[in-house]
Amino acid sequence: MSQRGIEFIVGVFVLSGIAALGYLSIQLGGLDLLGAGKYDITAKFSTVSGLRVGASIEMSGVKIGRVQKIILIGEDALVSLQLDNSIKLSRDSIASIRTKGILGDKYILLSQGGSDTLIKPGGKIRDTEPPIDIEKLIGDFIFGKVK
Amino acid sequence: MTNQESIPQSGSASPINDKISSLGRYTLRIVAEMGKMAMFLGSALALLARPPWRPSLIIQQIYFIGVGSLSIVLLTALFTGMVLALQGFYTLEKFGSEGLLGTAVALSLIRELGPVLTALVVTGRAGSAMAAEIGIMVITEQVDALKSMAVNPLQRLASPRIAGGILAIPLLTAIFDVVGIFGGYLVGVKLLGLSSGTYFGHMELQVKMSDITGGILKSLIFALLVTWVSSYKGYYCGHGAEGVGKATTSAVVLSTVLVLIGDYILTSLLY
Repeated sequence: MSQRGIEFIVGVFVLSGIAALGYLSIQLGGLDLLGAGKYDITAKFSTVSGLRVGASIEMSGVKIGRVQKIILIGEDALVSLQLDNSIKLSRDSIASIRTKGILGDKYILLSQGGSDTLIKPGGKIRDTEPPIDIEKLIGDFIFGKVK
Repeated sequence: MTNQESIPQSGSASPINDKISSLGRYTLRIVAEMGKMAMFLGSALALLARPPWRPSLIIQQIYFIGVGSLSIVLLTALFTGMVLALQGFYTLEKFGSEGLLGTAVALSLIRELGPVLTALVVTGRAGSAMAAEIGIMVITEQVDALKSMAVNPLQRLASPRIAGGILAIPLLTAIFDVVGIFGGYLVGVKLLGLSSGTYFGHMELQVKMSDITGGILKSLIFALLVTWVSSYKGYYCGHGAEGVGKATTSAVVLSTVLVLIGDYILTSLLY
């Protein structure tokens, strides 16, 4: 085969390899090349037990973003939420950590509030609910603390 | 050197001393071999940076290693993904967590099977050919001809193969991963009736960027190992057709062993 022919086929091969790499990193790895179309806000929880970086953020069951970072500040956990630009949250929105099914993954459920003022990029959600501790609930029930 | 053998060696009469010195000889040979291999890699890589540059040689090697191995890699990837989904489904079904199938397939492909199987397939297909090609050039004195024309044979033969492998094998691995995930999709969704949202949605949630960069880093290291060992074995092959045959076999065996051991070490370091 001529050198030109080889070069063309190698070019096609390299392109398809890079396409495969791109699919893996952007679609599956959640790599955000430009950070376009997304903005970050934070929320403080008393505990985030079971929540992982990359967990989804949902509103009315629709995925609208993912957990970017979780760090410990004092005794609270500060979670960075990365949301799609199209989502506008009012200032009194509520973030709660929920579980998919009984034993499924933890995710963050956002419920829209009623206020007219919006949370700006970099802003903070004030009202948060930590996850329900099923083991503690069962323990309370068994040992009769629930009246 | 001939008169050295005739000198009577004092104190080597006892069989224990003989055993000890043969152990010593063996150790020294292994250390010398490892040093030779390291020097080979060092100079092959250093010669890449030095003119004359011949990108066309590297492109030919990408064609030979990458494009040439594409069909067998696609076949291996498709069936690996399919069998992972089949096995995974019946295991996960027992716990009622078929929803994790996509994650299981994607993570095992991206972290382990993609890099390792690609490296093994390339070893079998391109590594053996590489060792045989260079070996035959050595025994037919084509390498000496290159030297006499003031062409550095390492730069001409080894460097483009190592560079081409390092460029082509990670790309092959990425293609392997994607095709394997698609194979898992065929079995999990089309055959076993999982919803495609479950298969892909959970995968997107669980696969992290560090998994992907780890897998690609692995395949870079495997690419270096395979091309290095194969061209080294060819370059220092023995005499005649038998020497080339032995060089080819030991290139494949050593590459395979190094890839498998390297995979364990890399996994324990990376994740």
